[in-house]
Order: sequence, then C-alpha cells, then structure tokens
Amino acid sequence: MKKTHVSTTVNGDDVDFLCEPTQTLLDVLRDELQMTGTKEGCATGDCGACSVTLDGTLVCSCLVLGLEAAGKKIETIEGMANGDELHPLQRKFIEHVALQCGICTPGLLVAARSLLEVNPDPTEDEVRLWLAGNLCRCTGYHNVVEAVMDAALEMRGA
Amino acid sequence: MGEAMYELRYEEPATLDAAIGLITAEAGDVRILSGGTDVLVQMHCDMIEPALLVNIKNIGEMRSIEKDRGGYRIGAAVTGMELVNHPDFGNDWPGILDGVRLIGSIQVKGRATVAGNLCNASPAADSVPPLMTAGAIAHVVGPNGARDIPVTAFTTGPGQTALEKGEIVVSFSLPERAPRSGDAYLRFTPRTEMDIAVVGVAINLTLDDGGTCTDALVALGAVAEKALMVDAAGAALVGTKLDDTAMQNLAAAASAACRPIDDKRGTKEYRIKVAGVLARRAAAIAATRAGA
Ligand SMILES: Cc1cc2nc3c(=O)[nH]c(=O)nc-3n(C[C@@H](O)[C@@H](O)[C@H](O)COP(=O)(O)OP(=O)(O)OC[C@H]3O[C@@H](n4cnc5c(N)ncnc54)[C@H](O)[C@@H]3O)c2cc1C
Ligand code: FES
Ligand code: FES
Repeated sequence: MKKTHVSTTVNGDDVDFLCEPTQTLLDVLRDELQMTGTKEGCATGDCGACSVTLDGTLVCSCLVLGLEAAGKKIETIEGMANGDELHPLQRKFIEHVALQCGICTPGLLVAARSLLEVNPDPTEDEVRLWLAGNLCRCTGYHNVVEAVMDAALEMRGA
Repeated sequence: MGEAMYELRYEEPATLDAAIGLITAEAGDVRILSGGTDVLVQMHCDMIEPALLVNIKNIGEMRSIEKDRGGYRIGAAVTGMELVNHPDFGNDWPGILDGVRLIGSIQVKGRATVAGNLCNASPAADSVPPLMTAGAIAHVVGPNGARDIPVTAFTTGPGQTALEKGEIVVSFSLPERAPRSGDAYLRFTPRTEMDIAVVGVAINLTLDDGGTCTDALVALGAVAEKALMVDAAGAALVGTKLDDTAMQNLAAAASAACRPIDDKRGTKEYRIKVAGVLARRAAAIAATRAGA
C-alpha cells in the first residue's frame, strides 16, 4: 500500500515518518517511531492504554490515523519525565503503589496530566470520571485515584 | 488495521466542494471520517472496508460553534469536548449536553462528534433523543445541492439514515430557547460509565409563569430500531403542573411506546418499565432547569 510522508511534532521534537492510510497513530508511535511507552490494550477506544494528547486534547491514539497527525503536536508518556527527574504524577504513582503489571500506567499518567492541566484541584469524583476511560485490571483504581489527588496537592504547592 | 489487505485511499479536502467532488468521483465504498470513533473501530473489526476515507476536519465551516439569533449553528466536525467546554452551550441546552457527556470517555469525546453520532445511526446513540426534543435540524449538502433534514426524520433504522449517496451533514442548528423552558436526558446502563444505553429518555418542556406546562416533547432511545418521538408522552404533561397523575400518565405513555429487544443488557419487560421511570425523572430535572 502507498506510504505517505508525514511531518509532525512529538514531545516537542520534529518527527518525520512514512505511513500507510490504515495505520493508526498508535501503530506509528510503536512500530515506526519505536516509542513503545504508549500501549495497545484493545485498539477500539475502550481501554485508554494508548492515551496521548493531540494539540492538547486527550485522545486514544488507536482512534486517530497516522496521516491525521500531520502538522499536529503530540505528547506521549516519553515526554513526561524531565530527563531523570520524574513528573510528580509518576513519583506519586510509585509512592502510592498505583500500579501492578503497569500496562495501563502510561495511559493513566497521560490522562491524569491532562486532567490536572484543565483542573488543578479536582474532587475525587472528578478524578474518577476523567479516568473512566482508562481501564486497569490490577489495582482496583483506589491507589490510582489517591496518587492523582496527592500529586495535584503537591503541584498546587499546598 | 495495519495488516489490511485492500487498498485504502485517504483525503483531507479543505473545502466542502472538494469533499463532495471526491465522494462523487469514487465508485467504491466511501466513508466520511469525522472523529473516527465509529469508523476506525468498524474498520478495525473488519465490519467495513472503505475504498476512500474523506476526513472533513479541515473544512473551516464544519468546525465552528455559532450562536445564531439566540439559537446555535454547530459544525458537523465539532467534537463532544468542544461542546462540553463551550461557555454557554450547556446552559442553553443542558439536556443535549447530558447526552454528549455520556458519549464514551474523555478520550472518545475528544474526537467524537454529535453529527457522527447521528450519522452512525445506532438506536442507542445518546445525543440523538435530546437533539430530537430540541427540534434540531441537520443542514446537508450533496451532489444535488443543499437541503435540511429535521433530526426527528434523520434516522430511518439501525445504521440507516435519510442521507442520499454523496450527501454530507455540514452543520446542525438549534432554535432559540423559549423562556422558562428546559431539557434533560437520562439513560440507564448496567455500568456507571462507558456503556451502551438500555433505555434513554430526553424531555424538553416549557412552563408558563404559573408553572403550568405549555409544551413538552419526549423522545426515547434504545427501545426500538431507532430513537422515537413519543407524542402521547409529551401530551400527558401539557396543561398540567407536573403533578403525580401527570407524571404517571407520562410514564405509562413512555412505556407503551417501547418496542425493545431482549439482550444481555436488559429484557423487554425491564426496558419498558425503566423507560417510564426514567421519563419521570427526566421530566423533573427538565422542570427544575426550566425554573419550576
Ligand atoms: C469506547 C467507545 C465508547 C462509546 N460510547 C458511546 C456511548 O456511550 N454513547 C454513544 O452514543 N456513543 C458511544 N460511542 C460511539 C460514539 O463515539 C460515536 O457514535 C460518535 O459520536 C461518532 O462520531 P465521530 O465523529 O467519531 O464519527 P465517525 O466515526 O467519524 O463517523 C461515524 C459515521 O457517520 C458518518 N459521518 C460522520 N460525520 C458525517 C457527516 N458530517 N456527514 C455524513 N456522514 C458522516 C461516517 O461516515 C460514519 O459512517 C462510543 C465509542 C467508543 C469508541
Ligand atoms: S488501545 Fe486504544 S483505547 Fe485501548
Ligand atoms: S496495573 Fe495492571 S492493568 Fe493496571
């Protein structure tokens, strides 16, 4: 199938790739750009493991075509830590043991960061509602919600 | 999808004319790609194998939300999250926003459009009943020109719409809100989030200064092959102060209109009963929003 050249920005870096019309942004990130932090759980929008932001909007990268990424700004889990310094959400996930197998974790972190950008002081209900599209088979969500609330508190400087 | 064996062409026209031209020229199956939350899932599951995808998100006039003489004109490519984040839309049409908020997760709403929800024509589509009770009109353009289709006449069956081959929904419009009116949409699902409606009920009603209902429209989702307007349910409220008897008549009329299927989410009897219960609750919320 015909491949098209696409230029985009991933975590602030200019990136070029070749892409078939059937490839999703998730396929491109993992298979063409070797950025495997973004996970595939279902490929049908149900699990949220593939969450990234596209021009600042939280989306499932399995429901975006690679060709649609042209000229956009994409943020993935790989851009979350600042070098060796973990993002507060990442530290709090470790502190609160908010992960077990870890397959859902990149998606949860990207989704949680996107929540705190629009709502730095969410209630527990708001956290649960925002993260409803991120499925986790291991933790039962309790520690995840705690970690997000705690990170929000720290990030507000309280 | 990466391993698909057939040829797929992808286009992102910048104008509506170019989009219609592309669609008309293609002999094979054409799909409009709006948010892609149905199209890409259906391709992944091999339910559809389009020859051409036409992405409409670069067409300027399809991206805007305009307040139009008190009403709204909403571009077909406007996403659910854009409506959720709009400063006024949720105050003017809270019942439509109830439906939009229920469309999947934050991630899904970041892409999904209301026009796509309508065009996909699922009997359980959550934005459709409140669009029907709002009197929304879809503005359509195709190879033979432009026309308007009321949302009440848009869906003709599961996956079936009144669109002719090559026609695109460009936008839909909502009328100006009457004073002391309000709408609400409620659905019942086995899970609290991320599930498909077993029953959905939308109500849009208007009260006079004394609190008597002067107008009421009721629509049901997921209880028939398409969303239904239930005139008898609206009529049960008009002329009343939404007292117990009126609410019982509303519930009975809503239940009587159901012709649901049995499936793993709910039996026929259950859906019929729940439709009445939800209708009463939705009417109470709509009345509060109308300022009762
Ligand atoms: C995980 C998940 C959960 C979901 N949960 C719900 C839910 O709870 N309730 C609910 O109602 N829906 C739900 N949905 C479905 C919902 O996301 C879609 O129906 C959505 O609204 C469709 O809009 P879209 O822009 O993504 O359309 P697309 O997928 O781009 O298109 C849908 C269909 O409409 C056609 N189309 C789109 N735009 C136009 C246009 N302007 N003119 C003509 N034809 C057009 C397309 O060709 C296609 O056939 C869910 C989806 C997912 C993936
Ligand atoms: S892989 Fe995208 S939502 Fe599951
Ligand atoms: S930690 Fe295993 S799925 Fe979430």
